[in-house]
Amino acid sequence: MTAVPPPPAPAIAIRQLFFTYADGTEALRDISVDIAPRQLFVLFGPARAGKTTLLRLLNRLSDLIGGTRQQGHVRFNGADIFERGVDVTDLRRRIGMVFAMPTPLPGSIRSNLTFGLRMAGMRDAAALEARVEQSLRQAALWDEVKDRLESSAFALSGGQQQRLCLARSLALEPEVIILDNPTSGLDPLSTAAVEESLDALKQRYTIIMVPHSVQQAARVADSAAFLLDGELVEAGPARELFVNPRHKRTEDYISGRFG
Amino acid sequence: MTRQQSHTLAVRAITAVSVLVIVPILLVIGYVVAHGIGTVDWTFLTQPPRDGMRAGGIMPALLGTLVLAAGTAVVTLPAGIGAAIFLAEYAGDNRMTRAVRLAIVNLAGIPSIVYGLFGLGAFVLFLRFGTSIVAGALTLGIMTLPVVISTAEEAIRAVPDQFRTVSLSLGATRWQTIRHHVLPHALPGILTGIILGLGRAAGETAPILFTVAAFYLPELPRSIFDQTMALPYHLYVISTQVPGMPLGMQYGTALVLLLLVLSMTLSATLIRTRMRRRREW
Repeated sequence: MTAVPPPPAPAIAIRQLFFTYADGTEALRDISVDIAPRQLFVLFGPARAGKTTLLRLLNRLSDLIGGTRQQGHVRFNGADIFERGVDVTDLRRRIGMVFAMPTPLPGSIRSNLTFGLRMAGMRDAAALEARVEQSLRQAALWDEVKDRLESSAFALSGGQQQRLCLARSLALEPEVIILDNPTSGLDPLSTAAVEESLDALKQRYTIIMVPHSVQQAARVADSAAFLLDGELVEAGPARELFVNPRHKRTEDYISGRFG
Repeated sequence: MTRQQSHTLAVRAITAVSVLVIVPILLVIGYVVAHGIGTVDWTFLTQPPRDGMRAGGIMPALLGTLVLAAGTAVVTLPAGIGAAIFLAEYAGDNRMTRAVRLAIVNLAGIPSIVYGLFGLGAFVLFLRFGTSIVAGALTLGIMTLPVVISTAEEAIRAVPDQFRTVSLSLGATRWQTIRHHVLPHALPGILTGIILGLGRAAGETAPILFTVAAFYLPELPRSIFDQTMALPYHLYVISTQVPGMPLGMQYGTALVLLLLVLSMTLSATLIRTRMRRRREW
């Protein structure tokens, strides 16, 4: 018998999480799952399964919606993010987010990248400049934009805009990056570029991603969770979940029988 | 009548009544310009009235109106923009905010003479400001508030939600988000509302009647606790209270007031279109 090393402490531990919108829609029911550090965790399932709701709970963007009810815990490095007195701005700096559609802010490429840092109080121009270059390189965008950092972020192509948004999150040096279907509006080449960046980034960051398709999920995931109608059907290492799903509903969805 | 005929008829009728909208404004402006243009010259704008206001110029009244407009801006700007930010960004949808909204709508519907009487009671008498620029500016400022609040709130709400979400997701606080990604984009709309509100305030007679306006002041006010002459009230005075008034003086004064207010409205429109064109999304 070989000794199995104990699994690393999860970066994010979700426990008995329930979430209901103001109109009574039960978006999440009894979700419990561990997300391991420095891996790419994929959250997949059909439309309205609760994927985006779950993502937005993790950095508490869900706070912006009124009239919701929630129950349960999300522990980030062991500390409950819903506890009173949690610094939400600090939480959002540590858990970055990239949205489904590219969301540049009005202004230059540079100002997009430095905004979060300036708001956090970073003033040193050289340090800001270093972060700009570093984050653009990580998002594989540096060579394309290094000569026009002052031009408008809206002048970039859709694929470039999405990588800019990724770089913008990376500039804050977060611990976790959440990506909500980041390649939905992108052509195959841009999609491949983003996937390639993610593969490199998971060496340093915990990545949580809602994929564009099951195929993409199977391509990029280290571990995965299948959500259906607000419930977690199953979760586990990707090589098991996509090859030998334990549940019939997972198998049906993966093999394209519904969804 | 066939469908085609009724269509043609409808289009003609709509065009006809639309033309009717343009006619009165052209007539009013044309009439005032035709009768007043002969009087308005540099002396008219820069000299005080002489001979019991039957000759000379309108300088103290023109200056007084500009000072009152500036004072109104000082009163209405912080309160108006603050309330708009509160309503659009912080206040939820509850009984309290609905009451505030209802109050604003009703504030806009109060007749201006009632504002004048309120200003007399509250600022001139109760707060002992006397008949003064302060009392007038406060009265006009309150009257202008609803316009400023509702246009500013509308402008703030028109900023795409996505900017707020993104800014917050990057660890900005609520206020940083408003300061950097909401107010800059709402500025054209806010500015338009302020200028329109000030334009209306500059042309009002009733609110300043009891609070600030002087019948005739040979000297300019020296402090904000002095009275001042003002164009709308001066026009009222020389049109009804002074016998033997040359018509040219009246129409000249009306023309200056009209141009002042129209130029404010026009600049509001220009600012809005210019800044909208610069928008990137």
